[in-house]
Amino acid sequence: MADENWKPKIIAIICNWCSYAGADLAGGARIQYPPDIRAVRVMCTGRVDPLFILKAFQDGADGVLVSGCHFGDCHYLEGNYKAAKRMFLLKSVLKNIGLDDKRLRMTFVSASEGAKWGMVMEDVVKTINELGPSPLNELAR
Amino acid sequence: MAEVKNKEARIGVFVCHCGTNIAGTIDIEAVKEYAKTIPNVVVADNYAYMCSTPGQNKIADAIKEHNLTGVVVAACTPRLHEPTFRNATAAGGLNPFRFEMANIRDQNSWVHMHQPVEATEKAKDAVRIAVAKASLLEDLVPKSVPVEKTAMVVGGGVGGMQAALDLADAGIKTYLVEKSPTIGGRMSQLDKTFPTLDCSQCILTPKMVDVYRNENIELLTYTEVEAVEGYIGNFDVTLRKKARGVLTPKEAEARGIVGGGCTGCGDCANVCPVIKPNPFELGMAPRKAIYIYHPQVSPLIYTVDFDACVKCGLCVEACGEKKAVDLEAKDEFITVKVGTAILALGYDIFPIEKKFEFGYKNFDNVITSLEFERLICASGPTGGHLVRPSDGETPKRIAFVLCAGSRDNTDTGKPYCSRFCCMYSLKHAHQIIEKIPGAVPYIFYMDIRSFGKMYEEFYYRIQNEGAKFIRGRVANITEDPVTKNLHVNAEDTLLGRPVDLEVDMVVLAAAIQPSAETEKTRRLFGVSCSQDGWLLEAHPKLNPCGTTTAGVYLAGACQGPKDIPDTVAQAEGAASAASIPIHKGEVELEPYFAQCIEEKCAGCGMCVYQCPYQALSLVEKNGRTVMQVTEAKCKGCGTCGGFCPGGAIWMQHFASPQIIAQIDAFLLGGEQ
Repeated sequence: MADENWKPKIIAIICNWCSYAGADLAGGARIQYPPDIRAVRVMCTGRVDPLFILKAFQDGADGVLVSGCHFGDCHYLEGNYKAAKRMFLLKSVLKNIGLDDKRLRMTFVSASEGAKWGMVMEDVVKTINELGPSPLNELAR
Repeated sequence: MAEVKNKEARIGVFVCHCGTNIAGTIDIEAVKEYAKTIPNVVVADNYAYMCSTPGQNKIADAIKEHNLTGVVVAACTPRLHEPTFRNATAAGGLNPFRFEMANIRDQNSWVHMHQPVEATEKAKDAVRIAVAKASLLEDLVPKSVPVEKTAMVVGGGVGGMQAALDLADAGIKTYLVEKSPTIGGRMSQLDKTFPTLDCSQCILTPKMVDVYRNENIELLTYTEVEAVEGYIGNFDVTLRKKARGVLTPKEAEARGIVGGGCTGCGDCANVCPVIKPNPFELGMAPRKAIYIYHPQVSPLIYTVDFDACVKCGLCVEACGEKKAVDLEAKDEFITVKVGTAILALGYDIFPIEKKFEFGYKNFDNVITSLEFERLICASGPTGGHLVRPSDGETPKRIAFVLCAGSRDNTDTGKPYCSRFCCMYSLKHAHQIIEKIPGAVPYIFYMDIRSFGKMYEEFYYRIQNEGAKFIRGRVANITEDPVTKNLHVNAEDTLLGRPVDLEVDMVVLAAAIQPSAETEKTRRLFGVSCSQDGWLLEAHPKLNPCGTTTAGVYLAGACQGPKDIPDTVAQAEGAASAASIPIHKGEVELEPYFAQCIEEKCAGCGMCVYQCPYQALSLVEKNGRTVMQVTEAKCKGCGTCGGFCPGGAIWMQHFASPQIIAQIDAFLLGGEQ
């Protein structure tokens, strides 16, 4: 169904202290990964309102990545736990509106895990490529 | 608050080449021309190095010339240059928080080096996303908070002691917290130090005494950090003073015992019937249930090991009128307020028995280098006579196995270089040549890393003294069950042939790893760690003493393997860094506070439970229940804002409309 030129639109909402720093570290180490993801920086994944993600899907995102610190490592003690809970619930909402819940992903990448960030990027793009364009994509247009 | 909030947004975009770092991959001209088409953008420019003075001047000039309301710089990462460009924005007369950065280097040109077309498209999107946010940014004012004029150093090894002494000498009251009953740390277990060969204790104990005597240092031994609250300038640290069972003279006086308290005479230990292995001697010597580690401890106060004590009371009797022993002692908790803190948590020896091929703990005569230090030390369990654990004989042929567990990419080893094993093994080789006539040290090495001042010269010296160097990683060690001699099997990679060397003793230069307390303590202070558990500095090159938690600094091996000079140097650096906010007297906090939009707030109070800092509360206002933020407690994580069902929380600088604008800008485009 996807046309030849389709490129996935993926948005990553990532925390300042761990994942954003990890992504910067990947840059320093020149780890190469697919260029399909756009990042929005927040101070903590706890900031991520489920509405942001629903808005992204409504706008036609093919995938959303939320990435924060490892459990127990949150710069703000427990923001990532709260984010993980919300993402877990949100996944069931996505299923109910007919979206594959694999389109929403939460990962934990620390400031020292540049290589892991590269692997996450690879993996997210691969997953979304397999799933193809979001069914909401047409509605958004 | 938002003086120019409602004015139509006028954004300036500045694209940085960063030499060829960005321009080598991304088409700067295309990004600049694209930026001009984005709504609200009134000027777009580019420059080779935006962070340079001319680059910054471009920003300031454009703000004035085009009456900008917001600035976007597409360059490296905000984690590097956000402060720079905020200053440039302020220099142009605009509130510095009206600046937004598009990361087109660290998260774009460097990671898509072979995809210039896609990278350029991604950079355009990044600029569009940043412009969307910049269009909605508002004026913010950092909050200034006073800084408590006290500091804390956690860890009483040589690094922690040096940091505490420097802080104290700078006139700052410093709490030095040490988990064990004495300060001194690993260095006090060493015999000699390379390459000068001066006696470790001789240079360390004067420092220990200085720490003990310094009026500005409150020494808290046998104490652990239990909880940390607050932020830079205002940390509340709860400490557990473990039950020591012995009163210091000061504590005795406080209890009204005149002239009482421990004098370190040792009468109690003489009568104590319980014998335990002494961890300071790595279990190679006994100690009693009431003990000191070694004669030079500071403070010279005995400690009761309540896990071993049978409470017979003989020590209480022996202590007599001094009444120093209190077998009913309980842990005490105290909370102290400090402005800044230094972590100097040190290292532990990697449990080298996990590398079963070396036979440690299976074969009697395989020991670790730290055990060697104690055996060769005049104050050690053998009085400085190196003997084989199996039969008490003096070994003549001794193999030193370098990189035992270090530079080891298997699952059981550590990938990093432990950095000082080469040098101390050379020192050990020197010591046995000096002490044991006819003894030959065989050093199995991969590379000798003698990088410090006078280290290479020391290496030559040991070569000339007759130590044998065999370049090859040891494959395994086997034991002759009768003689208890050992066979070291390796490949001599210089001669290209296998080696099977029979020796009397093997000394493993075991890898080091973060100390057992590091994980717990770093979490309390909110400090990140690398994959190997070493604490993460704020920047590996430009801020090696700082951490991402403002007001918390690092000293010594807890940040990564370090020898004594490097540890002391970093400790002095950390002490200097930790004293800056204290001497300044106040710090500015980023104003990313939550604000309640009262007309939207239903007073449900869900956010109050979300906040990890108890910064939110419900109050009555004009007959309604609404949420109120205590700004001094709010750290700006936004967890409340991510949860509020009514959208009633305005997270400054990360407000919902700003983030949604970024999402829309990416997904819905925004070309004019």
